[in-house]
Amino acid sequence: MRRVAIVGAGLTKFYRNTQETPKELAYEATKMALDSCEMKLSDIDCVVHGTAPDAFDGVHMKGEYLSDGSGAFRKPYMRHFVGGGTGVLSPAHGWFHVASGMFDTCLVVAEEKMSCAYPHPAGAFITIFDHTTEQALYPTLIYIFAIEMNRFMTTHGYRKEDIALVAVKNKKNAMDHPSAQLPAEITVQDVLNSEIMAWPVNRLDISPTSDGAACIILAAEHVARRVTEKPIWLDGVGWSLDTAYWCTRDLYYPDYLEVAARQAYKMAGIKEPSKEIHIAEPYDPFTYKELHHIEGLMLAPRGKSVQMLVDGHFNRDGNLPTSPSGGLLGVGNPIAAAGLMKVIELYLQLKGTAGKRQVPGNPTCGVANAWGDLMQVGTVVVLRS
Amino acid sequence: MEITKKMVEKTATKLTAEEILEGKVLSVKWEPKLKYAWDNGPAIGRYLAELKNGKIIAKKCDKCHRIMIPPRMFCELCWVPSGEWVYVKDTGIVNTWIIGHVDWKAKRLDIKGGVRPITLSIIEIDGASKGMGILHHLGEVDPWKIHRGMKVKAVWKPPEERTGSITDIKYFKPVK
Repeated sequence: MRRVAIVGAGLTKFYRNTQETPKELAYEATKMALDSCEMKLSDIDCVVHGTAPDAFDGVHMKGEYLSDGSGAFRKPYMRHFVGGGTGVLSPAHGWFHVASGMFDTCLVVAEEKMSCAYPHPAGAFITIFDHTTEQALYPTLIYIFAIEMNRFMTTHGYRKEDIALVAVKNKKNAMDHPSAQLPAEITVQDVLNSEIMAWPVNRLDISPTSDGAACIILAAEHVARRVTEKPIWLDGVGWSLDTAYWCTRDLYYPDYLEVAARQAYKMAGIKEPSKEIHIAEPYDPFTYKELHHIEGLMLAPRGKSVQMLVDGHFNRDGNLPTSPSGGLLGVGNPIAAAGLMKVIELYLQLKGTAGKRQVPGNPTCGVANAWGDLMQVGTVVVLRS
Repeated sequence: MEITKKMVEKTATKLTAEEILEGKVLSVKWEPKLKYAWDNGPAIGRYLAELKNGKIIAKKCDKCHRIMIPPRMFCELCWVPSGEWVYVKDTGIVNTWIIGHVDWKAKRLDIKGGVRPITLSIIEIDGASKGMGILHHLGEVDPWKIHRGMKVKAVWKPPEERTGSITDIKYFKPVK
């Protein structure tokens, strides 16, 4: 298989509601990515597009609908979708195309417009649950994440006031992110005093509803070295799916992620992730989820991530900065685009062009993950400079 | 190349929901009214029929010996057809739970006005294998006194009101 690099990136601003259509958002991110490495659409061999449920936009065949904005006309084009895990599957999907030798360049686009479903897109999720044994009980996403957070807390004895530090850290990191929707300087008390949505989840434990798009450009090594002086290598990809019988799994630990991470680490030749990885973008749609994923990525021992958080280990100037972008909690959560935003953050950090967000110490290896479907899918990428 | 504020600020235009709903920007509205009828298959079909009788039934895997609930025709771990039907109890323990202050559409419940929070839970059913849980509501309990490992028992609808649905169990309540 050929080595694959990221050579360009583009990102829109994230808002709760944008005036732009999904296609227009995809166009903006894609155009910015092409401009960033002085490439033209004619230099692109194929396009992959990640976008989450059709139900958000109310547009069936959303991949086909979006393709014009992604520059995909008359090119090999595929859409992929694994719920919230989509945005980090996107680079893996693009990687297949280039690593296989079939194509030299690939545009990887991710877009989401959640605001179309109103009054709130949460209602569109009822049909992800089993129609007979679960839907009749009217579950919703916030509930099942709260159910998982509670299991995580009661298993390890974690306290809400400690987990709240993830929101404090990420929203503060987002103050330096130009696309950020909810950057803020807040305190643990602000999180604890915010409205209860579904205990143990309060309002400030949750990422927002967002619209936005992101894009990266992948290239085979010989093209990458021609296009840029500093390619960032996509050295590991991994993905896995756990059972849909989610009430049967012990939700305290994300097995789906460990399987995916082991695959990506093996491919990248990483034996001791907590030592060899310098920077991480764990998927953080909820505060606890960043910690849950830090443990699943094997960057902290099970049951120890909260103490490491409290000790400042995961701060931008800590030993292992996590979500230096500001994460979904701070930058926003246009589902697929949010996952790819995290990959773009690693790309910028490893390139040394993250501006005010740049972590110290010249990091050379980073990992990002995303998660979704019925709390069951793990997608992971490892990047190196 | 850095992604700067100047670059992203022109990529998207901020709107509010009010601007859309009040017609300040033009939009098209559509309310889907889709209809489906879902068959339940032999495993869940029997599960529902037994719920109507006031019983909970599981199915056993002859390979890993798990007693699986909800029952299924094949064991997803061993990848073999499942074996005999096994009645399990209508009691169990709370594995994890929530205290919901919003409904399934994220609409706020009037908790201060006396609406009871939604206490959805995973309940490990007695007689099924350890960790085998089902989703259901808790009732007749102060939401803030629910705890992990709490023993609970099904509260059934009267037989004449049962329809062969998971909601034939109204909720689970604490027992000693």
